[in-house]
Amino acid sequence: MFSSRSIDKIVSSTLFLCGLLSILTTIGIIFALSKESITFFSKVPVWEFLLGTSWAPLLEPKSFGVLPLVLGTMMVVFISSIIAIPTGVATAIYLSEYASNRVKNIIRPSLEILAGIPTIVYGYVALTLITPALKILFPEIEIFNALSASFVVGVMILPMISSLCYDALRAVPRDLREGAYALGGNSFDVVAKIMVPAAASRILAAFILAISRAIGETMAVTLAAGANPQLTFSPLKSIQTMTSYIVQVSLGDTPVGGIEYLTCFAVGSLLFVMTLLMNSLSQVVLVRFQKIK
Amino acid sequence: MNLSKKNQEKMFKFICLIFTSFAVISLVVLIWHILRDGYEWLRPELFTEFQSRFPRKAGIKAGVFGTIWLISLTAFFSIPLGIASGIYLEEYGKKGKIGKIIEVNVTNLAGVPSIVYGLLGLALFVRLLDFGGSVLSGALTLSLLIMPIIIVTTREAIKAVPHSIKYAAYSLGARKYQVVFGHVLPTAMPGIVTGIILALARAIGETAPLIIVGALAYVTFIPESPMDEFTVMPLQIYNWASRPQEDFHKLAASSIVVLLTITFFMNFVAVLIRSRGQKRMKL
Repeated sequence: MFSSRSIDKIVSSTLFLCGLLSILTTIGIIFALSKESITFFSKVPVWEFLLGTSWAPLLEPKSFGVLPLVLGTMMVVFISSIIAIPTGVATAIYLSEYASNRVKNIIRPSLEILAGIPTIVYGYVALTLITPALKILFPEIEIFNALSASFVVGVMILPMISSLCYDALRAVPRDLREGAYALGGNSFDVVAKIMVPAAASRILAAFILAISRAIGETMAVTLAAGANPQLTFSPLKSIQTMTSYIVQVSLGDTPVGGIEYLTCFAVGSLLFVMTLLMNSLSQVVLVRFQKIK
Repeated sequence: MNLSKKNQEKMFKFICLIFTSFAVISLVVLIWHILRDGYEWLRPELFTEFQSRFPRKAGIKAGVFGTIWLISLTAFFSIPLGIASGIYLEEYGKKGKIGKIIEVNVTNLAGVPSIVYGLLGLALFVRLLDFGGSVLSGALTLSLLIMPIIIVTTREAIKAVPHSIKYAAYSLGARKYQVVFGHVLPTAMPGIVTGIILALARAIGETAPLIIVGALAYVTFIPESPMDEFTVMPLQIYNWASRPQEDFHKLAASSIVVLLTITFFMNFVAVLIRSRGQKRMKL
């Protein structure tokens, strides 16, 4: 029927088309987001959206300042990073420098399991365990608050940070480590002065990726952080993030083409641009590292 | 404080150990908390009842069937396309410029938040193609979401196949497609299957993109075709957890036990297949 030569051609072009699908996905995302956003920005000026300090698209009088949502997201990112970054780096150091195989066989599966737990489960834990626990420490804490959500987001991004940092430390050439030990350094000297600096850019890239992941985190913050877009720096209060706003609108019955519907895409575009920038930044950091090497 | 060198080292090791134990402690506390909340409500009615206003009469039947529908369709779309893209990138497009572009693109797609895929699904499948808030829309959206994972793991599995196998096949006069589909792919299969199971386990837990494409929280029927509306387990969990009543929280916890059992089981199978595959490759 077919010669094996033509089968070869057909197979390779079919595979090529499948490969193109990922490009089409990206084009689809950009097109979908920008089409609805352009309609939105024809009704609300860009500067009003980006610099406005009041977000109330569902209430009269409507206002479309995205800053409260951005601040809410940033608060979650900041607090979760404070928890996850030191913990993740220390875990990576312990695993790569000190841990016996037995300890490794407990820690690494635990991290893998944590990474595989659906985010809705983290949301449930934040709402029903972390918040009541925090209430003992801070009696004035609200039922929905940024702190408990940030805490579980921290646990969620921890496996990513520790495994990427572990890979980074393992990738440091052996002669650097052994040379440092040969010069009489103890393990603290070797880690702090040789290993971590040598792995610095890959570790930095790991942080950036984890932050990007925290920016896009949705269900845990929707469930635990509330739906109250406000400009506050108190993590004990209820806030709203960019992602949880989109979920809130989607759960309600919003008419297609209405301004509420369009806001989802405007906020989604901002979210997409922020995570894309972070991911690109992490790649730039990595490429620079390879050049130095 | 002037620590001696020896003490400094010990201290550092100890601090690292404390931080390291955080992950294990978190995991234990999380599972303990959910089991404590949920074990009472783990009863047969949980699986035989639909959603209800009364926690005693509510169950996850709709969610379980919705999840089965959704994941089957997602697997149907994403597995062949994901493997094919992975093969293209690793075996065909590696040197070309387009291959490079696709590679960078896949890396970027893997970092796009799942909720953004939800918005894509809403604009493309729900509105433009007019599939509505159906299982089909949800499955197509999740397929796009997990494709980068399948592509990346397929590539890694193919990369791990010893060159000797390929060269032997070529030297016997096999064409490229015969080498790839007759030898490389079967050898890489354990790794690919592991990646697919992990990707599907992730899809089972996804909630946000499905809310965006219009999955419903309150469903009292089982979908009968891909065009039917649906709910999934995580969405029912969200719905119950966001209610103030204690009983609904317990119901949510017992459903989480079911959800976690499924995802843990899938992860376990994936790890098992991977370790077996590694052993075989070494021989």
